[in-house]
Amino acid sequence: MGRGVILELKNLHTEVEQKEILKGVNLQLKRGRIYALMGPNGAGKSSLAYTIMGHPRFKVSRGEIIFNGENITNLTPSERAQRGIFLAFQYPIEISGITLFNFLRLIFNTRVDDRKSPMEFSKFLKSKLEVLDLNEKFISRYLNEGLSGGEKKKSEVLQMVIVNPELVILDEIDSGLDIDAMKIVSNTINNFFNEDKTILIITHYQRFLDYVKPDNIFVMFDGKILASGGYELIDLIEREGYETLEKRREHDEI
Amino acid sequence: MTRYKYGFKDPENYVFRLTKGLSKEIVEEISWLKMEPEWMRKFRLNAYEIFLKKNLPSWGPDLSDLNFDDIVYYVKPSDRKSSSWEDVPEYIRNTFERLGIPEAERRLLAGLSAQYESEMVYHKLKESWKKKGVIFVDTDTAVKEYPELVREYIGTVVSPSDNKFSALNSAVWSGGSFIYIPEGVSVEIPLQAYFRINSQNMGQFERTLIIAEPGSYVHYIEGCTAPIYSTYSLHSAVVEVVVKKGARVRYTTIQNWSYNVYNLVTKRAVAYDEAIVEWIDGNLGSKVTMKYPSVYMRGKGSKAELLSIAYAGKGQFQDVGAKVLHLAPYTFSRITSKSISKDGGRNSYRGLVYVDPCATKSNVSLRCDTLLLDNQSRSDTYPIIKIENSNTSLSHEASVSKIDDEQLFYLESRGLPKDEASALIVRGFIEPISKELPFEYAVELNRLIRLQLRGDIG
Ligand SMILES: Nc1ncnc2c1ncn2[C@@H]1O[C@H](COP(=O)(O)OP(=O)(O)OP(=O)(O)O)[C@@H](O)[C@H]1O
Ligand SMILES: [Mg+2]
Repeated sequence: MGRGVILELKNLHTEVEQKEILKGVNLQLKRGRIYALMGPNGAGKSSLAYTIMGHPRFKVSRGEIIFNGENITNLTPSERAQRGIFLAFQYPIEISGITLFNFLRLIFNTRVDDRKSPMEFSKFLKSKLEVLDLNEKFISRYLNEGLSGGEKKKSEVLQMVIVNPELVILDEIDSGLDIDAMKIVSNTINNFFNEDKTILIITHYQRFLDYVKPDNIFVMFDGKILASGGYELIDLIEREGYETLEKRREHDEI
Repeated sequence: MTRYKYGFKDPENYVFRLTKGLSKEIVEEISWLKMEPEWMRKFRLNAYEIFLKKNLPSWGPDLSDLNFDDIVYYVKPSDRKSSSWEDVPEYIRNTFERLGIPEAERRLLAGLSAQYESEMVYHKLKESWKKKGVIFVDTDTAVKEYPELVREYIGTVVSPSDNKFSALNSAVWSGGSFIYIPEGVSVEIPLQAYFRINSQNMGQFERTLIIAEPGSYVHYIEGCTAPIYSTYSLHSAVVEVVVKKGARVRYTTIQNWSYNVYNLVTKRAVAYDEAIVEWIDGNLGSKVTMKYPSVYMRGKGSKAELLSIAYAGKGQFQDVGAKVLHLAPYTFSRITSKSISKDGGRNSYRGLVYVDPCATKSNVSLRCDTLLLDNQSRSDTYPIIKIENSNTSLSHEASVSKIDDEQLFYLESRGLPKDEASALIVRGFIEPISKELPFEYAVELNRLIRLQLRGDIG
C-alpha cells in the first residue's frame, strides 16, 4: 500500500446536547505516519477521538469523516472498527463477568477470517503477553475490572495488537504508566507500527513522544486544530503554554 | 366403581384419557391405573381433600386464569406421543434449528419421542450405579420397586398441606425422578433427567425425591436450556431432597417451558449436620413461574447455596426466589439471584431468610441483581429477613441496572455489533451463575440468551 491519505476530517462539527464541541476540524492523516495531538484540558481531543469512532453522543452537525476514501460519518462504531479503526480509551470501561482472554478471542475472531480455538488462540497470545510483561493471570481477570490505571492501559494496547487495526487513536495511553511500563508500551507501539499503519497519539507530555517519535504534531484548542508542525511546536508549548500559542496565532505569529 | 365403567380390565393396555377436571374418582382412577399400593392411594386421596380446602397463594402473579376443571390430570405415557411435529409452535422449531440441536433430541424436547439416542450410554451408567447401590428411576417405578423407601420419605419434606399446589401434586403426581445414594457413595457424573428414558420425564405433575445418605454426594440435573414444548398449561412439580449428615446434593434445573405454561413448583431440601445443599435454578421459559427453592438447615454446620437466573421476556412473569431457614447453630447460607427483564417482561425476587434463636453464629448472605434491558420491563424484590439472635452475620446487597451506553460503545468500538455487545454484557452479568453450570449447559445458555436478545425467539 502506498502513502495515501487514510483519514480525512472535513470541517467537522459535533454537538453534545446542543452544545457545540468540535467547531470545524480539518485534518488529514496519511498511511505510514505517526501523529501527536496535543492541547489543553477540555480542548476536545477525546471528543475528536470519540467522533471518529462513532460515539452516539457526539452528533455530527456538519462536515464529514472520510476513511480510506469512504464516507463513514453515518456508520456504526462496530462498522468503523471492522474497517480498521481502533481507539484506545483515555478511561477504559470495565465489564464484569467477561474474562480478558475470552474477550480478546472474541474480538480477534470477529476481525479475522481465520478463527482460532481457545487452545490455538492461547498459543498465539503467549508472545504478545510476554512483550507487554503480562501473565496468564492478567488475562483471566474480568475485562478491565479492578485493574490499576496502568494495567488498564496495557489492556488497551494488548487489544490493539490483537485486533491489528490500520488506524489507531491512542487517547492518553501514557497517563498512569510508570517509567518501565511507558518503555514497554512504547516499544509495543513501535513494533506494531509499519508503513501500512497510522497512529494518532493524544498526549499532554513530551516524554512519551520521545519514545514514540511522531512525524507531525497537531495542537487543538477550543474545538479546532490550532496549529500543525514539527517538534518545535512542543518546545513552544512547554515554554509558553497553550494560551500564548492561541494569542500568537491570532496575531499570525505562527 | 368408575374404573370398570369403560370395560378395561388391564391397566397396561388402558388407552383412555381421563376426562377433564378433578374429583375423588379421578384421583382413585389414577392410582388404580398405576396399580399402586393402598398407602399411596390414601396419600393421594388425603392430599386431594387438602387441595380442596386450600386457597390459591395470595401473593405474586395473577393465577385467576387457571381453571382446574379444564385440565386433564393424567394421560398415559403411551398416549403422549400423539401430537405431531407440525403442532409444535414455530418459534420453538426455529430455536431448535438455531441452537443446532440434533433431530432426535428435538423430538424428545418437543415431547414427541420418549427415546433418547444415548440409550447405550445410559445402560452403562446404570450398571456402574447399581454396583454402588445407587437408585435412579422414575418415581412411579420406585413406588413399585422400592416402596419402603418411598413411603418413608415422600411428603416428609414437602407435606401435601404445604400449599395448594403441593396438595394438587400429591394427589395427581406422575413421573419425576427417584434417587437414592447410599452412605459414603459419591456419584461423580451428574445424573441427568435426560438419561431417564421415558416420557414421564417431562410430566405435568412430577414428583422428585432425592435421599442422600450420610457422607454421600450427587449432582442431579433436570431440564435443559433448549425450549421444551408442552401442551399442558399447568405444570406443578414437587421436589423433596433429604441430605443427611455430611452429605452434599447439588440440584441444577434449567426451566425453559414454552410460553403457554404456568409453572408452579415447590422445591425443598432438608440439611442435617454438616450437610451441603446447592440449588442452581435457571428460569427462562413459561408464561408464569412461581418457584422458591428452599433449604431447612436442621443440622449443625449445614450449608445452603442458592443460585438463580431468571429471564423474563414479552408476556412473561418470573416470580422466583429462595427460602433459607437456619434452625441450628453454625449454619451458612448464600443466596445469589440474577434477573434480566426485556420487552415488558417482569421479574420478582421473593425470598425469606429466617434465623432461629438457636441458630447461633450463623452466616447469611443475600445478593439480588437485576438488569433491565428497556424501560417497559420491570423487576421487584421482596426480601424478608428475620434474624432472631444477635451473633449471626448478615450481608445483603441489591442492585438494579441497565445496559450502560458507555459499556456498549466500548464493546462496539472493538468491532462487535450492538446486539452482540449487549449479549456479552448480559453474559457477564449472569457469569457468577453460569460458571457453576456444567460446561455444555453454560454454552447453550449463553447462546440462547444471545438469540433471545436478538429477538429471534418468541
Ligand atoms: N458528554 C458531554 N456532555 C457535555 N459536555 C461534554 C461531554 N463530553 C465532553 N464534553 C465537553 O467537551 C469539551 C471537550 O472535552 P474533551 O473530553 O474532548 O477534552 P480533552 O481535550 O480530551 O481534555 P483532557 O485533556 O482533559 O482529556 C469539554 O468542554 C467537555 O466538558
Ligand atoms: Mg481527553
